[in-house]
Amino acid sequence: MEQRITIYCQTTALAELRDFLRGTLTMPFLSENDKLQLILAVEEVCANLIIHSHGCNAKDHIDLEVKESPGKLVFEITDKGKAFNLLDYEIPDLNKVKGEKRKGGLGIILVKRIMDEIEFESAKGTNTCRLIKWFQS
Amino acid sequence: MLNIKGLQENGYHILILEGEVDASNSVLLDESIQKLIADGSEAILIDGKRLEYISSAGLGVFMSYLEDFQEKNIDFRIFGLSEKVLEVFKILGLHQLMAIFPDKQTALSS
Repeated sequence: MEQRITIYCQTTALAELRDFLRGTLTMPFLSENDKLQLILAVEEVCANLIIHSHGCNAKDHIDLEVKESPGKLVFEITDKGKAFNLLDYEIPDLNKVKGEKRKGGLGIILVKRIMDEIEFESAKGTNTCRLIKWFQS
Repeated sequence: MLNIKGLQENGYHILILEGEVDASNSVLLDESIQKLIADGSEAILIDGKRLEYISSAGLGVFMSYLEDFQEKNIDFRIFGLSEKVLEVFKILGLHQLMAIFPDKQTALSS
């Protein structure tokens, strides 16, 4: 099973992204908590791309493909913006975020804690971020 | 879609959040809290009963004010989060940094 969506780089597209994922993540092995957390992790990566790699330029776009194979779900996010490799970012200390009165930095923690594997590659101007979640079937 | 309604009750300024908080609308939550602090509120209560979803953009707003709440002695409490929304707070460990209660009655009497 594969499903895909293209969203434009504006934060209002995030609601559209969630609607797509709600319609896609209907597998019986997913609990309501699983669904919400997967939607959240995918949205966090896309929000980062929209804001930091594309500067909310609505002419740019991001592609998302959801692939289901036995025991796992793969979310493949591709874009042509400034490469943003999640794996290069260390999880910030929560007390430090609080002390600095920062609003950012939490999204990456969520993605890393929710997903089982994260892959990133950049070639010929296209960045691919793969978020993988394993399930016992 | 996010709606924020403000009201006052038992000395608390209550913000009722309805809908979904994400990067497109977290500024509304930010402005609402900022205004309450600027107006000198001493007690802020977030009603999360109708909060269906919150991304890091919204959680970051709460985080960014925790120091101010401490410095200004503002009593900040959250109540009524659904189990799946509360789980997101827990993934980040925010339940250890914020006063989160199951319902309004418990929030007001604790």
